[in-house]
Amino acid sequence: MVDVTPRTVAEIPPAEVPDVELYHPHSWWTTYVFSQDAKVIAIQYSGTAVAIGLVALVLSWLMRLQLAFPGTFDFITAEAYYQFVTMHGMIMVVYLLTALFLGGFGNYLIPLMVGARDMVFPYANMLSYWIYLLAVLVLVASFFAPGGPTGAGWTLYPPQAILGGTPGGEQAGIILMLSSLILFIIGFTMGGLNYVVTVLQGRTRGMTLMRLPLTVWGIFTATVMALLAFPALFVASVMMLFDRVLGTSFFMPALVEMGEQLSYGGGSPILFQHLFWFFGHPEVYIVALPAFGIVSDLISTHARKNIFGYRMMVWAIVGIGALSFIVWAHHMYVSGMDPYFGFFFATTTLIIAVPTAIKVYNWILTLWRGDIHLTIPMLFALAFIVTFVNGGLTGLFLGNVVVDVPLSDTMFVVAHFHMVMGVAPILVIFGAIYHWYPKITGRMLNEALGQFHFWVTFVGAYLIFFPMHYIGLVGVPRRYVELGDTAFIPASVHTLNEFITIAALVVGFAQIVFLFNLFWSLRHGREAGGNPWRATTLEWQTPTTPPPHGNWGKHMPVVYRWAYDYSVPGAPQDFIAQNDPWPARPTVPG
Amino acid sequence: MSVVVVFLLVIAGISAWWLSRQRLLSKPWLEQGAPDLLDGPEAAIPTQKIGLGVFLAVVGCLFALFASAYFMRMEVSDWRAMPLPRILWVNTGILVLSSVALQIAVVASRRDQLDTTRLALVTGGLTALVFLAGQLLAWRDLTDSGYPLDANPANSFFYLLTAMHGLHIVGGLVALARTTYKAWGAAPRERLQLSVELCAMYWHFLLFIWLAIFVLLAGWAASFVDICRQLLT
Repeated sequence: MVDVTPRTVAEIPPAEVPDVELYHPHSWWTTYVFSQDAKVIAIQYSGTAVAIGLVALVLSWLMRLQLAFPGTFDFITAEAYYQFVTMHGMIMVVYLLTALFLGGFGNYLIPLMVGARDMVFPYANMLSYWIYLLAVLVLVASFFAPGGPTGAGWTLYPPQAILGGTPGGEQAGIILMLSSLILFIIGFTMGGLNYVVTVLQGRTRGMTLMRLPLTVWGIFTATVMALLAFPALFVASVMMLFDRVLGTSFFMPALVEMGEQLSYGGGSPILFQHLFWFFGHPEVYIVALPAFGIVSDLISTHARKNIFGYRMMVWAIVGIGALSFIVWAHHMYVSGMDPYFGFFFATTTLIIAVPTAIKVYNWILTLWRGDIHLTIPMLFALAFIVTFVNGGLTGLFLGNVVVDVPLSDTMFVVAHFHMVMGVAPILVIFGAIYHWYPKITGRMLNEALGQFHFWVTFVGAYLIFFPMHYIGLVGVPRRYVELGDTAFIPASVHTLNEFITIAALVVGFAQIVFLFNLFWSLRHGREAGGNPWRATTLEWQTPTTPPPHGNWGKHMPVVYRWAYDYSVPGAPQDFIAQNDPWPARPTVPG
Repeated sequence: MSVVVVFLLVIAGISAWWLSRQRLLSKPWLEQGAPDLLDGPEAAIPTQKIGLGVFLAVVGCLFALFASAYFMRMEVSDWRAMPLPRILWVNTGILVLSSVALQIAVVASRRDQLDTTRLALVTGGLTALVFLAGQLLAWRDLTDSGYPLDANPANSFFYLLTAMHGLHIVGGLVALARTTYKAWGAAPRERLQLSVELCAMYWHFLLFIWLAIFVLLAGWAASFVDICRQLLT
């Protein structure tokens, strides 16, 4: 028999964690612009990420228009198409998803959820945002540079990335791209140190690691991964910049271009691929793990049930994080590598399915017999589970070498990764925004607009990406600006392409409703109160909403329990906040 | 990529050791209250030191990746190993001196000997500057004697690795300058001591990185790897 009698305390020992001194802003500039408050930085990160993300959304429309109606739009030349592909991919993966999950949600939620006043290094945190903004501006500048942005594909594979045949290869495009990435990584490292060390050192009394909400576990593990994975992109970017600007041959083999022998020689493009994917694969989980964590919290809160298998969830997050570093070469099955090497990476890739499946089962078992409230955040969380499973299953196909080789350069891959790391994390981001908006602003987002936004986005995403799997299986190659008259491509593919494009336009425009809701609800939303979802985690227990600089007012919270005490038998209400000493009498911390 | 995989295994080992002390097997849903037992973070180590430790792990990862790239690029037939300029030995000695000076500063600041601390900090900073100047001389030597950056990948890696290491020293000098300024100001003793310790920690790490780069560039690392490979096969 397990003893379930709660241990209680009569009095609380003095704090081991010294209260921190905060930098107190003195002017409008230091309060709202050069702010060191993690919550303001979070909003700045999110705003910038969404703004540049909208640019990437428009680029995807242009690509879709070209694929559905080739030759109709004069301004979409082949060069422009490749530029759209490249910038869309890079922006969405790095500048939107990574920045929004870690810089946005990480900054807002970590200090509040662990019970800290702020991040541990607020100044570095502020610098992190401004360097990120600079990286975005450099990226945007490449649109206006002569020759336009780079069109090398988001993987920037050499040698083509820095040759004349690729848009931006011999002009400024690729230089600006690489510089922007280098800046991004420097900025991210400053922020990342904060997220990690705040979780390690900033936790309030009673907040053990095993009492952290899974959101924090997800963001924490993802940040550790990002800190170790982004250096690979940094190394690859610096070395390619050397090749492009200083004429070295790290990646550049001997080449003849337009009948002229170039000065490069001996370099290894495969070396670049190793470095790039050493970053690139963990990057998938850098985006996925925060999503996993957030979804766990959304499901538990809105199903009024404790998360099933909390320990397993934590172990699975850590396990996925570790495993994701030894699977990178599954992106390189078609690079001519040793088949046994491929076999090794196929095995590690498929092993990741085990902890991932544990997580999916635990979400479903959390929902099982839960008191499910179909709120907007819950709808998005449920949509995520479905979408992630769908995208994950096609991952099993592509993880196997023999299946991947024929599918590798088809639209099937595009459909797969858009489902699993495009649509799925974005659904979580929407869910998280609907969930935490009341804490950030003090007002609820409009429910009717939210329903409209959810259904159009969810159904629309499937209308876009489900048919794309079929197009890929038929053998339609990806990265082609137009298909032309090709015997093996049936007419139905062209019809489907038009259908997908129309769906993409509709889903894209539906996001305007979401943006409108964000601004409209600031003024006209229903007053939310401090804890509208009746959630247990610390961020909902702040004395004032929205929380001010320093978060907690006079007294730091003390944590008495884990983050998932929902529907506890005998409790006065269906949730017990983490800082609620029930059944002991509340004591005032000293 | 074996170097970086080994590096990550080390990191994974440290993380696993740390995680194993975090009661990951506990059942949080059964435990309530008792904040005295379930203490928060280990307050014994200052936050700044943990922060620097994490940063050094990132820097270590960066150089491990450079080393991986070095070994992979080396296997291509156009690689022509380059003689190391003599001055690098002198530079190495100077960087060791710099590290020793900062270690003296740490000891002195712990004993509250402010004058020795100041002297050691300035010595550490100046020797680091001399090291950087020496590296620039090494560059000039090489370009003059016909080993420019773009002639061969071995040369390119030499300039790239020394430049990256030098940039990290420059960053460290900024922190060291602030610490030295603090040593003349009215900063509380504990603050100064912590800053000096952080500088010394960073300096020792960069010395270690430099020695690793030196071993790599001198070709000893490659011979070592060859010996290991022969032993294994």
